[in-house]
Amino acid sequence: MNSLRRTMLKRAGGAMLATLGVASGLLHAKHAFAATWNSGAFEAKTAPDALKQLGVPATTDSSDISFKAPDIAENGAVVPFEVTSRIRGTQSIAIVVDKNPQPLAASFTFANGAEPTVNLRLKIGQSSNVRAIVQANGKYYATARQVKVTIGGCGG
Amino acid sequence: MTQLTKIRATMQVDVADIRIIVTHPMETGQRKDPKTGQVVPPHFIKNVTVTVGGKTVMEAQWSQAVSKNPYLGFRVRGAKAGDKVVVHWEDNKGESETTEATLA
Amino acid sequence: MTMKRLIRILSTIGAVAFGASAVAGAEDDRRHFVELYQNRFAGIQLADYVYGALIFSADAKAQYDSMMVMPPWQDVIEQGRKMWETPLKNGNTYASCFPSEGKNVGGNYPYFDDKLGKVVTFEMAINRCRRDNGEAEYKYDDMATMGTLTVYARSLSDGMSVNIKVEGVGAQAAYETGKRFFYSRRGQLNFACANCHVGNAGNRVRNEFLSPVIGQTTHWPLFRGEGDLWTLQRRYVACNALTRAVPFAIGSEEYNNLEYFHSYMSNGLPMHTAVWRK
Repeated sequence: MNSLRRTMLKRAGGAMLATLGVASGLLHAKHAFAATWNSGAFEAKTAPDALKQLGVPATTDSSDISFKAPDIAENGAVVPFEVTSRIRGTQSIAIVVDKNPQPLAASFTFANGAEPTVNLRLKIGQSSNVRAIVQANGKYYATARQVKVTIGGCGG
Repeated sequence: MTQLTKIRATMQVDVADIRIIVTHPMETGQRKDPKTGQVVPPHFIKNVTVTVGGKTVMEAQWSQAVSKNPYLGFRVRGAKAGDKVVVHWEDNKGESETTEATLA
Repeated sequence: MTMKRLIRILSTIGAVAFGASAVAGAEDDRRHFVELYQNRFAGIQLADYVYGALIFSADAKAQYDSMMVMPPWQDVIEQGRKMWETPLKNGNTYASCFPSEGKNVGGNYPYFDDKLGKVVTFEMAINRCRRDNGEAEYKYDDMATMGTLTVYARSLSDGMSVNIKVEGVGAQAAYETGKRFFYSRRGQLNFACANCHVGNAGNRVRNEFLSPVIGQTTHWPLFRGEGDLWTLQRRYVACNALTRAVPFAIGSEEYNNLEYFHSYMSNGLPMHTAVWRK
């Protein structure tokens, strides 16, 4: 099931060229991400600011976004989420955790057959509204969940 | 060097189920080292790209809010057993890794 | 019937009866718990008690299932595997110290060693193996060594039913000592293990559900939160500290006897180590 063939490890800070070994062919010498990391959005300190930096003018609430989130996080450091968009033409999904110090948690772009669904684990600093933002055909949709983070009685 | 990225890529009937986990601290830059009392600087993966059969299927941008030893699960249609799955990530310190697996 | 034969018969009956009562004591206790919990928690299968507090919250169990899809601690398991497979100083491996190369043996621990006159835990067996083969012992409270090695080593028994034996005078005494610990109030909060995990199993302390005793010991060592490794006795320390009691040392006779009693209560349930908890 898990046949890992080859790992190329690049550790040099600046070097973009991978020293490829034998018969690599399949791997590109240089990895260029289509979109550079959106530091403006990721460093925004409020949810509205993050959305503005993401270029999201407004969102329409949609029940066509399936957003599985816990009611009460077992552990705020690892909170599992699953977002699936049933909106046609979905190109990307972003997660915003309103009360996190930097609300924009992650964004995902899908192409070439990838289904608009993603499973991830996030840190939630305190009980918060968590939004799933979907971009489809140039329009933006959203749904949200309240995730509680508590101090338990037996932790530790 | 030890490989940090682990890929589990399997065909589930007609859709490829791809699960990735990376051994990475995903430090927020807000945690204090209990031994030194010093703040541990941020160290987190920023960009992730996944290709299947040579085509880019997923590009992700992550923040410090993604959990330690981050997990990413998603699905791809139109892929077939034998396709190469390549995962490449880069973090805020400029470290990166490219790992390959075969869709089973 | 000759006197000799009569004495022989009577002593056999006596031995059987005495031996039987030792097992019957532990088995009675276990059955009592099973009945108690099954009456209180209708609809929960006995096999599901291995999930502990998770059986009381679908929300919590869903998070567990999600984390277990691809848990974030494979590197620790890998490290444990390397430790298990690396030969000891004299060239022998850990596998050589255990029956079946260490596969499906975990459920037999702890056991009472009549010769040594004390309870032997799996970790003690590991250390005996180390000593016998020229290595220094691991510290019982060191997650980087004993914890990491045993989280892998015990996984070789995943699926095995817990099978603790309490046979003979010494075993019974140790079992009773462990049981007494379980029922003794301690600490500023004056709680016994039983207060939370018997009387209040299914209830909450603040926001946390309290797990029943049955099934508690089947899944150690385990990982909490982001991937923090805990052994069972590390948990005993934490629980005692939470009731504001002075904890005993990991590897102490008190905790070993407790673990003996405690493990018996999970007899018949399947083991599964390296699971996730909050």
